[in-house]
Amino acid sequence: MVLVLALGDLHIPHRAPDLPAKFKSMLVPGKIQHIICTGNLCIKEVHDYLKTLCPDLHITRGEYDEETRYPETKTLTIGQFKLGLCHGHQVIPWGDLDSLAMLQRQLDVDILVTGHTHQFTAYKHEGGVVINPGSATGAYSSITYDVNPSFVLMDIDGLRVVVYVYELIDGEVKVDKIDFKKTTTTTAH
Amino acid sequence: MMTGVADDEDKWLAAGIAGLQQNAFYMHRAMDSNNLRDALKYSAQMLSELRTSKLSPHKYYELYMRAFDELRKLEMFFKEETRRGCSIVDLYELVQHAGNILPRLYLLCTVGSVYIKSKEAPAKDILKDLVEMCRGIQHPLRGLFLRSYLSQLSRDKLPDIGSEYEGDADTITDAVEFVIQNFTEMNKLWVRMQHQGPAREKEKREKERSELRDLVGKNLHVLSQIEGIDLDMYKDTVLPRVLEQVVNCKDEIAQYYLMDCIIQVFPDEYHLQTLEILLGAFPQLQASVDIKTVLSQLMERLASYAALSSEVLPEFLQVEAFSKLNSAIGKVIEAQPDMPVVGAVTLYSSLLKFSLHVHPDRLDYADQVLGSCVKQLSGKGKIEDSKATKQIVALLSAPLEKYNNVVTALKLPNYPRVMEYLDNETNKVMATVIIQSIMKNNTHISTADKVEALFELIKGLIKDLDDTLHDEVDEDDFKEEQCSVARLIQMLHNEDPEEMFKIICVVKKHILTGGPKRLSFTVPPLVFSSLKLVRQLQGQDENPFGDEESTSTKKIFQLLNQIVEALSSIPAPDLALRLYLQCAEAANDCDLEPVAYEFFTQAYIIYEEEISDSRAQVTAMHLIIGTLQRMHVFGVENRDTLTHKATGYSAKLLKKPDQCRAVYACSHLFWVDDQDNLKDGERVLLCLKRGLRIANAAQQMSNATRGSTGSVMLFVEILNKYIYFFEKGNPQITIASIQSLMELITSEMQSDSTTQDPAADAFFASTLRYIQFQKQKGGAISEKYGTIKVSDS
Repeated sequence: MVLVLALGDLHIPHRAPDLPAKFKSMLVPGKIQHIICTGNLCIKEVHDYLKTLCPDLHITRGEYDEETRYPETKTLTIGQFKLGLCHGHQVIPWGDLDSLAMLQRQLDVDILVTGHTHQFTAYKHEGGVVINPGSATGAYSSITYDVNPSFVLMDIDGLRVVVYVYELIDGEVKVDKIDFKKTTTTTAH
Repeated sequence: MMTGVADDEDKWLAAGIAGLQQNAFYMHRAMDSNNLRDALKYSAQMLSELRTSKLSPHKYYELYMRAFDELRKLEMFFKEETRRGCSIVDLYELVQHAGNILPRLYLLCTVGSVYIKSKEAPAKDILKDLVEMCRGIQHPLRGLFLRSYLSQLSRDKLPDIGSEYEGDADTITDAVEFVIQNFTEMNKLWVRMQHQGPAREKEKREKERSELRDLVGKNLHVLSQIEGIDLDMYKDTVLPRVLEQVVNCKDEIAQYYLMDCIIQVFPDEYHLQTLEILLGAFPQLQASVDIKTVLSQLMERLASYAALSSEVLPEFLQVEAFSKLNSAIGKVIEAQPDMPVVGAVTLYSSLLKFSLHVHPDRLDYADQVLGSCVKQLSGKGKIEDSKATKQIVALLSAPLEKYNNVVTALKLPNYPRVMEYLDNETNKVMATVIIQSIMKNNTHISTADKVEALFELIKGLIKDLDDTLHDEVDEDDFKEEQCSVARLIQMLHNEDPEEMFKIICVVKKHILTGGPKRLSFTVPPLVFSSLKLVRQLQGQDENPFGDEESTSTKKIFQLLNQIVEALSSIPAPDLALRLYLQCAEAANDCDLEPVAYEFFTQAYIIYEEEISDSRAQVTAMHLIIGTLQRMHVFGVENRDTLTHKATGYSAKLLKKPDQCRAVYACSHLFWVDDQDNLKDGERVLLCLKRGLRIANAAQQMSNATRGSTGSVMLFVEILNKYIYFFEKGNPQITIASIQSLMELITSEMQSDSTTQDPAADAFFASTLRYIQFQKQKGGAISEKYGTIKVSDS
């Protein structure tokens, strides 16, 4: 069992002062094995904070990140799953599932995690799963109105991944659970 | 030399102890055989050792303690003698025959103790006699110890009320008189020490004196223990008499120690009720006395006393404690013109803490303190003493800590005036403290007036306060400061659009004075605050208040234009382009076509004139195409102009693969799912074909420069775009065109001259799997794919 924290689009300090206190108290060091962050942190301080939660940190570049050395896309293998990471502003039309599916085919991954729209989504399709963890700070977005802060925890166990979505709605953290099973007939490695 | 003196002292002490022990031995023998005459003789000889002038207070104390132990035994012996029939009055006479005055007085005190216990004469008379007789010793050290002995013997024999030695009606006065007289004499002896011996040994002498201070202070402790002293007596007699002595002795060490002693030993309730008398003494003390420490101590004690119970609070009001303390501080500062700034500030800092704890509801008190502080600081310029600076920070932090709400501090007109006196560095530190307080307590600043006041407080972070060299500022520190300002901007919020607009105007006014270095930090949060307000208003009628002056989205967009434009002074083209595009999309959502067009134009101008880095251009094109794709507000003409430009820029990117990708991305500008008038299949196809041409050219180029044809990756990407538009129902994209593109890729991949690219192979394989899946899925989509052939290569 491996826990992967997926989050992005924090936009600190441009659009939000900090992560919500309720999230901060939930995210404690030592529980998470990997962090994947889609980008737009935007400052080093946030990078350093994430590093304290878990040293295995993977970040792709958002268009507001002060650190310009983050890659545009990144792939990594966790257990039986191949994960792809990309901020998403490069995928036009923004947030378009068919276009994201194309990126997923290109990166040849089971799970694609992207951001940019600040809208939590999780789609399962023939090629695997596409997840957008939303904005961890609930930052303003030109694309999505009324953004609630959200992040995703993925519990990867064998061929199964359980996606927990944490959303802060009116000061309360709501958790949702989505279950995915990888069928061996899909992506072959 | 010094060690020599110390060694000598040890020898003298040893000799003294030896002499003392020898005589004590004979004294014991005489006492054992009930020989009063010999006992007196040897005890007098024993006590003669205390006549030495060679010992320092520390060593003398050692000798004294040994004598003290022996005197306890002698006292027991005297008591037994009286029991055996010897008259105490005779004994009292007898001991006065001792040859030397010092042994004589020790013996007299010892017999006196027995005499009082015998109650054959009133305690007050004997005590009076003893305290008078002790005047005979005027040598400071010997006198202090002798009187300390008297004090020790008499403390349980005072004619206090309720004591077995209680006398007539004035018995308390007698007890008090005795203690005060002894205290007065001891203090005189102690002070006189300062003026004896050579001037060069001043430091040593002061050290010795401070070792002796508790002997003097003990008397005040005894006074505080006298049961019979009630508030009236304390107020009318005890305190004035003690203070008189303290003030008149004109000795720095004594005054500091004794004032502190008074505050420590007497109850806070008494202090509160005698505040005027007590405070009246402070300005009369020597100018060199460290009053700030003592007075701060007093205020701290009183504040703790108030915290004990709310019942005592009316007392504080009744005696007007605050105004008395405030005016006393003013007088002390006046009386001590040489007091360093830190002294004055420490006093006000303590007074402010007192006021915040005792009168939390009286903000006017807090402001009065700050005002008094400003008065003291005025004309002194920026404060350079680091201790004083620290005290001012403490002073200014106190209200923030007490109220956990910076809004309270904003109500204090004198608050920013005190900040003026901080040097620029500390001013910034204080500003950071203020911002941290806001963030920690999640304080929302919700009116333009308060925002104005707040920016006045933190102006050290908002702009350069002077022309100091900027290279001195640490880059990381500066960044941290500015990020904290950026965070702060998000705490300035009001639900009412009118007030929020005013807040934004205030923030804009201030941050635009910040100069190029700060703008890249402060502009984005203000832009997004403004965009949030736009969004709040966009659902409403254009002019909800029916009044020309009121806030409208148009007015906010005008403001936004100015704010983003300010970035050109840095310059920060990448950031400006992003913010213009954000504004354009917001204008789009408000159906303001000319505004949206203007923002797009600005973004394009920046792209053309200022973004030259090829990687930055690629990202900028993603954002331009991505935003333009979402715009629905434009009419045909405007849209054509903007899309034409976008495709033009795309085709001019430096690297062929970047060109290719940007050009095929432009295809989405002509086919938008949810807009029926934006489904131009032909132009989509043109973009894709243009992409193919560029992909071809990229391969040719690779062939020419590297000797092998480049990867087929771009072709596979375009194939996927074909599939995308095919599935969307673009009639220009046919099965045949997809089929031929697939064949092209397959043949390219099989060609020997093509560079192997496992990523492209995997992408092509997953694309084929996808087509296969769609074909087999059933329904309309499968029918569409009907005739396509997927060869498993």
